Amino acid sequence: MPSLKDMRNQIGSVKATQKITKAMQMVAAAKLKRATDAAENARPYAKRMASVIASLASRISGGDAPKMLAGTGSQTNQLVVVATADRGLAGGFNTAIVRAAREFIDAQIAQGRNVRIITIGRKGRDQLKRLYADRIVESHDLSGTKVLTLDVVAPISEQITAEFNEGRADVVTLFYSQFKSVISQIPASKRLIPAEIDATAEAGKSEAVYEYEPSEEEILEVLLPRNLSVQLLSALFENNAGFYAAQMSAMDNATRNAGEMIKALQLKYNRSRQAQITKELIEIISGAEAL
Amino acid sequence: MAEKLHVSLVTPEAELFSGDVDQVVAPGVEGQFGVLARHAPFMTILAEGEVIVMNDGTTRVFQVRGGFADVNAEGMTILAEHASEYLESVH
Repeated sequence: MPSLKDMRNQIGSVKATQKITKAMQMVAAAKLKRATDAAENARPYAKRMASVIASLASRISGGDAPKMLAGTGSQTNQLVVVATADRGLAGGFNTAIVRAAREFIDAQIAQGRNVRIITIGRKGRDQLKRLYADRIVESHDLSGTKVLTLDVVAPISEQITAEFNEGRADVVTLFYSQFKSVISQIPASKRLIPAEIDATAEAGKSEAVYEYEPSEEEILEVLLPRNLSVQLLSALFENNAGFYAAQMSAMDNATRNAGEMIKALQLKYNRSRQAQITKELIEIISGAEAL
Repeated sequence: MAEKLHVSLVTPEAELFSGDVDQVVAPGVEGQFGVLARHAPFMTILAEGEVIVMNDGTTRVFQVRGGFADVNAEGMTILAEHASEYLESVH
């Protein structure tokens, strides 16, 4: 039986924890607003880029297409890019991304393919290091960057391009978390190389005769690496928004649980306090009667 | 007034400009070019330089880097990795 003082201390500590989780929830809510705004502002660019590439791709016949668009024709060398958050305390957010990536990686390994991994974000690196330490090529840590821009993702996309151009990767797949809504973030994958062509953007545009400066091939050579950066950036934006949403609901839960715990502890404390008072009264009364 | 050209200038951070204008002058890699309404479909990579948007006698100038222009029946789209507007541009 804990003493009354112990119980008081315990209630105090739970209350302190509740204050922290409450504060974290509010900070996450404020940051979520900014993150979703950034994600939404980036969308038109990514969408236009995709439709331009789709319309270019539909005009270029198979043999002439750049390798980044058509692929090398091989599946042997898989490069997996796993984008997670740098921080935790967001429920199952990071774990869900890593689990999706792990399923993919294990399936590829089972088929005898050569899998290599690039991680973005500290949490993904920490979780994947335990399983695939020898397969991780590079870990990018973005915890120091406040605002996501193309300059931030440029080194990552350059590295991916280099891996591809030097023949160390045939297929590049990105794992991230898709921000559906505040209560739902879905781990998703996106094939970066060969580029995924949005079939809906392609339709209805091909009848116009375009002029190109310089040629279609040259434009694609320039645009495809840029598209890679844009895809990465938009995935990171989604991740960011998803992370704060996940953190917000995780902290909301934690705050609520702390509240319930405080209630239960308080009840227990009051009961034992009352029991002790009653006991003391009985002692005094029976002492007085004995006189 | 002549027919207007719909232009949007988009960067990953935001849509910088969107609207109907008289003329746009942009720095293509193979030389500066102007676009009016009903221009033939046209795609080009942009060199680093100024995109000039003219409308009703007013001019807005944007500094653009890492850009790409797509002109089609719906209008002109400029995708730029970096773009910013020159403030108080007088031409």
